[in-house]
Amino acid sequence: MRLVLFLLGFAVLSLRAEAAVFNPQSFTLKNGMQVVLIPNTRVPVVKHMVWYRVGSADEPAGKSGIAHFFEHLMFKGTKNLAPGEFSKIVAKNGGQENAFTSYDYTAYFQTVAKDRLALVMKMEADRMTNLTLTSEVIEPERQVILEERRQRTDNSPGAQLQEQIGTVQYMNHPYRIPVIGWAHEIKNLSLEDLNHFYKKWYAPNNAVLVVEGDITLEELRPLAEKYYGAIPKGGDYTRLRPSEPPAHADRRVIKRDARVRQDNLQRSYLAPSYRTAAAGDNSPYALQVLENIIGGGATSRLYRSLVIDQKLADSAGFYYSPNKYDQATATFWVTAQNGIAIEQVEKALQAEIDELLEKGVTQDEVMRAQKTLVNEAVFARDNLGTASQVLGSALAIDLSVDQVESWPEAIQQVTRDDVNKALRAVFKDQYSVTALLLRKEDAS
Amino acid sequence: MRYLFLFLFTFISLPAYALAPVQEVTSNKGIKAWLIEDHTNPIVALRFSFKGGAALDPTGKEGLARLASATMDEGAGEWSSQAFQSRLDDLSTTLRFEAGMDSFSGRVLTLRDNLDASADMLRAALLSPRFDAEPVERIRSQILADLRQREEAPNTLAALSLYKSVFGDHPYARGSRGTLDGVKNITRDDLVRFTKDRLGKDNLMVGVSGDITPDELKDLLDRIFSDLPETAAANDLPNVIPTFDTAVQVIDKAIPQSSILLAQSGIDRHDPDFYATYVLNYILGGGSFASRLYEEVREKRGLVYSVYSYLMDYDKAHLWLIGAGTQNARVQETLDVIATEWAKAKKEGVTREEVENAKTYLTGSFALRFNSSDTIAAILLNMQQDDLPIDFLETRNQQVEAVSFEDVNRVAQKLLTPDKLVRVVVGQPEGLK
Repeated sequence: MRLVLFLLGFAVLSLRAEAAVFNPQSFTLKNGMQVVLIPNTRVPVVKHMVWYRVGSADEPAGKSGIAHFFEHLMFKGTKNLAPGEFSKIVAKNGGQENAFTSYDYTAYFQTVAKDRLALVMKMEADRMTNLTLTSEVIEPERQVILEERRQRTDNSPGAQLQEQIGTVQYMNHPYRIPVIGWAHEIKNLSLEDLNHFYKKWYAPNNAVLVVEGDITLEELRPLAEKYYGAIPKGGDYTRLRPSEPPAHADRRVIKRDARVRQDNLQRSYLAPSYRTAAAGDNSPYALQVLENIIGGGATSRLYRSLVIDQKLADSAGFYYSPNKYDQATATFWVTAQNGIAIEQVEKALQAEIDELLEKGVTQDEVMRAQKTLVNEAVFARDNLGTASQVLGSALAIDLSVDQVESWPEAIQQVTRDDVNKALRAVFKDQYSVTALLLRKEDAS
Repeated sequence: MRYLFLFLFTFISLPAYALAPVQEVTSNKGIKAWLIEDHTNPIVALRFSFKGGAALDPTGKEGLARLASATMDEGAGEWSSQAFQSRLDDLSTTLRFEAGMDSFSGRVLTLRDNLDASADMLRAALLSPRFDAEPVERIRSQILADLRQREEAPNTLAALSLYKSVFGDHPYARGSRGTLDGVKNITRDDLVRFTKDRLGKDNLMVGVSGDITPDELKDLLDRIFSDLPETAAANDLPNVIPTFDTAVQVIDKAIPQSSILLAQSGIDRHDPDFYATYVLNYILGGGSFASRLYEEVREKRGLVYSVYSYLMDYDKAHLWLIGAGTQNARVQETLDVIATEWAKAKKEGVTREEVENAKTYLTGSFALRFNSSDTIAAILLNMQQDDLPIDFLETRNQQVEAVSFEDVNRVAQKLLTPDKLVRVVVGQPEGLK
């Protein structure tokens, strides 16, 4: 439960960051690798990221968790570096680094003093093609990943429920499988599977280089050409993913757990992403305006109604992010007040949704939300690291730099009708999942 | 040689070289703040804190500082709760308070154009919070919900249990987030008294960064803080002598992964050996992907996803903590490996290479902290909270550089107590000795 809230909160923050106009510069290497630079001169530091257009939703059937497992193995040695040496070199050069895997992409990054950029570029380029995997490094890492799964998922009832929601929200699309993978499949991934995955997806023309910080294009271009430009182009990349059939029934997931102390409820709907919205359909932007109106903090509709006026809930909100390669979701969540039956909370939430469907939002609400969202651009620009995250995650799902840069404009063009039309298209029962996370003593 | 010299020079002087200098600004009415001007973006970040935090909550009112921190921005002066929050939204202003163990702090992040309007709201929240019944009861309910859920959170349970064991009857043993009974007992009068008693000009510290000049900041400081009481009530937090009981404490929770927390005595921030200890901690468990614990516990044996150590410095106590999480069947093995590494470092010391690598990391990564106006304001505040000099940003890397191989091994020998580690396990560990 706390994890659910935490994750949602984090996602909202990263979404907000999009409001920026970052003024990036961009070019493409001869081997097809896209390069993006976002200057920021506050301190002589750069953040260097390589994003691969492959995530857990691209995994072969029965090999869940391989994208994430492989991400861990990128630190395990190449023809030129011993296992773990990559991290040790970054650290002794005063750098910080990490990597992450999502449904749609895998990214690796280091933040270093400007004069160490060439060093990390050289090492990152090296592991794009020269990784040498052995069973000696894979086996302990498999145990590490199983511990990661226990820590993130199995130790938390909220995270366990979240996994179950995915399996029914998406009936056919691989977003139904958790990014970290199912434990029984993680246990069976072989050295051969992992090497095959590497060969299939890791190449410059399936990657995006993003550099943010105190460096010019004139300085960056020769480095990019030297280290990444020398790598041969790979094959053609196509993401062939199963897609969702029409849905005919709303779904319900219920978890009762002794570790839950406060009942809560979540209602999610399939929703368009930037990529899946039809040309000319601005509903991904309209739904972000909606998110601010109904779920944007202490003055939002849901909080005012369910928490302040009706006193049924301790917290309530709404979350939507269009940053997916395929279909996204839009989610309401409510934590019941102690002593309030979850049925009563669900009824009140349904009444809010019904009212939205019937009356829509007001012109004044739309204008206030637009102003708040657009102002967030200034704050996003102030933080070294935000621009590279936003641009990298956008380009990794085949959005363009222009789409990111024109975000404030697109938000400002949203009309009240757009919002009302978008919400009516999304809030349809047969595309919904209602999930209840309940205290064990409620089970009778 | 010239190459090497350049590298060292870059690291040592990085922050001072790149950022405007730290200025001490004193308002007409005597309010002091530390400022780094930065006119790149039209925003201003202000961080402030008052000495004395949750540890001063009266017995039976545990959670008072926290409840105050969450209700002072729920209506103040002319603004009701909703009016206050709506206005913050309209101004694109973040305004928050936070109760720590030894301090009560707050932050404002806003657009330059909205700075005066935001200052007036902060002033109202500090001087005339309304504590209307509706928001206080709403927030109380939220805090109680969080406290109930924390009773199932493995890491929280481990920390609270460890604090109880180490700090006994001292207020630190309660943690800083309050208790169910304490939060239920707090009245509106308690909240009003909290703001009158605990927030004074004499225990105030301020750090600012962003698009503001020293003259503008002087006016701002008076606008916000000048009408606070001259002095806060006495900070009568008693001293504490931590005790380190070595019997493994197990808290039974039906979870697949046990949460492990260990502790020994730490070191004062102003101890001459602080930096040598800081370097030693980096080598043992502070360096995320480069520490001995990471290597031995995670990389070689696959026992955990995360393992780490850190130094914690409260006003009245210093701890050195080690955390890890492993499946129930491997808890004993994990405890053993950690104890072995601790003992090995005490007995055999660390290598010259490890000390050099730690120092280049700690000096080289220092500039990475200055990544936003808000974090810079926070650094300026932390420097004052830690009682560091105003030129700290320029001298800090020299202090790390000055740590010798011999210093680190002397400290390892002197401070590490592998036989006196407090050990708490939350979960269902199997076969503990």
